[in-house]
Amino acid sequence: MPFRNRFFRRLLSGPAGIAVSGLVAGLALSLAGATRADAGAGMDGGARPGTQAGAAATIGDALPARLSETGLFRDGDPARVDPAHLAYSPQYPLWTDGAGKQRWLSLPAGRTIDASDPNAWQFPPGTRLWKTFGYQQPVETRMIERLANGQWRYATYLWREDGSDADLAPAGGRELALADAPTGRYRLPSREDCTACHEGTRTPVLGFSALQLSPERDPSAPAAGPGNVDLGDLAGRGLLAGLPAALLRQPPRIPARSAEERATLGYLHGNCGHCHNRSGRGVPVPLSLAALWQGEGIDADSIRASLVGREARYASAGLPHRLVAPGDVAASLLPARMRSREPHLRMPPLGTQSVDEQGLALVDHWIATMPSSPPPSAQEPAR
Amino acid sequence: MKRSPHLSLAVAMALLTAVPLVLSASDTAKAASNPVEPGASGSELDLASKVERGRYLVETSACHDCHTPWVMGPEGPHPDMSRALSGHPEDLVMPPAPTLPEGPWIAQFSASNTAWAGPWGVSYTANLTPDEDTGLGLWTFDNFRDTIRHGRHLGRGRPVLPPMPWAVYRNMTDADLEAIYLYLRTVPAIRNKVPEPELPAPQPAVAG
Repeated sequence: MPFRNRFFRRLLSGPAGIAVSGLVAGLALSLAGATRADAGAGMDGGARPGTQAGAAATIGDALPARLSETGLFRDGDPARVDPAHLAYSPQYPLWTDGAGKQRWLSLPAGRTIDASDPNAWQFPPGTRLWKTFGYQQPVETRMIERLANGQWRYATYLWREDGSDADLAPAGGRELALADAPTGRYRLPSREDCTACHEGTRTPVLGFSALQLSPERDPSAPAAGPGNVDLGDLAGRGLLAGLPAALLRQPPRIPARSAEERATLGYLHGNCGHCHNRSGRGVPVPLSLAALWQGEGIDADSIRASLVGREARYASAGLPHRLVAPGDVAASLLPARMRSREPHLRMPPLGTQSVDEQGLALVDHWIATMPSSPPPSAQEPAR
Repeated sequence: MKRSPHLSLAVAMALLTAVPLVLSASDTAKAASNPVEPGASGSELDLASKVERGRYLVETSACHDCHTPWVMGPEGPHPDMSRALSGHPEDLVMPPAPTLPEGPWIAQFSASNTAWAGPWGVSYTANLTPDEDTGLGLWTFDNFRDTIRHGRHLGRGRPVLPPMPWAVYRNMTDADLEAIYLYLRTVPAIRNKVPEPELPAPQPAVAG
């Protein structure tokens, strides 16, 4: 949903090139990088585009009280996002009650992302990411930041009514009345809510990954906006160290029997894979919904194998026991838990208050049209 | 004076239910603002010492009160240590909880002290033994620590339900939580599939 507020439109049309095409964004970022280098930023001859000068915060540093102090804006002006930041948009976004979202990443000057593991990019200390959520106007901006000691910290900032800045929200989160939200309520996450989702895999950065930024963008993915920076852009700018060449030869794409299945598996990756994965940090159930790169491509077989016909480890009385029963939505637990917002049953367990009807329809359709004995591996026929 | 076992149980229950309710709101903010200390693996205690520390904590922190089913004996109710820490017995199928009248009584518990009914629905105490299919056998230390710290099943799932006083135990150090986790790996694995929690009964529509 686009932001219609005039203030937010200013952000969108600002020099950060938030909503512009990758080409224009690249140009804007390159110019910004040149400006920074000309100004002498960076000890190693200037910052790369998309990077920031300044030392990483340390564990003892207090979180900035206002968003304008976090480095998101140019000259601290909340009307203008720093054009040096990388605006990005994952192809399989997380459902957050239909809120519009914008995202930026900032790398410290001269530093790169270790992209040698396509499933868990490692970001240098000093990396910061921001994500703004809103409906008619921005509501909150969340920030995650890697500290000098390698730990990550999380914060959220609540926008003021007049859009003049956003203030650090309480660590325990907060619930707001918000007429534009589907339920009329909006929940600012607690710091523990942040870690519940972001620390269930080997990197807390979830939307900025090889698959999420693949130039092979899924046209059927629900709620995905324009792509902004992609894998090729990042590699071209020298920001990805150790990226296996195979990912540039054949950008990550979920292999599937149909466009609908591809979008469904992508949806599960973006909404469920950060907890249900094989990293050893997720939940210990044999359910792997993260679309992981293995060898020469994305391994979709293991996703299907962990779902289709499998018995649930935790199944409530009165609900289906099979995670996915091919051809039978009513006998499948996966959509039943997606459809619930009861605290005991709901999936995801936090971060949303209303059901994602579009995502649910995708899953329902995938199950309903699934042959009862699917072949173990099948490719989408036409590319 | 010899304390009645019934009275002891009642005191334990009061502590288990009242304390977390009192502490939860303020502690959430406090604990969240304090960074978790570095992983306990750097402790100089050897494994045996950690396990012994874990046993001590389990036995003094009321874990058996709810996670070991209680049975009636000649001296009154006592935990059935042949099923130590295995949670609500799979074969003890509870009938629907009686409906309480309007008033200050809000919760009920089974004679085994492993099933609880209240405004949250019905909760059953978990199998903490290392059985892989029905207990904590597949849980990592991170899963265990995050469950206690966040009050969420497996650290990231559904809320951990009353009367589990996670809001008290979340104040334990990583070293103590690790000791408990390591001790729980050493107790006999008991295969016992605890039912999932049940939702509260639908509220009758208000007339008029």
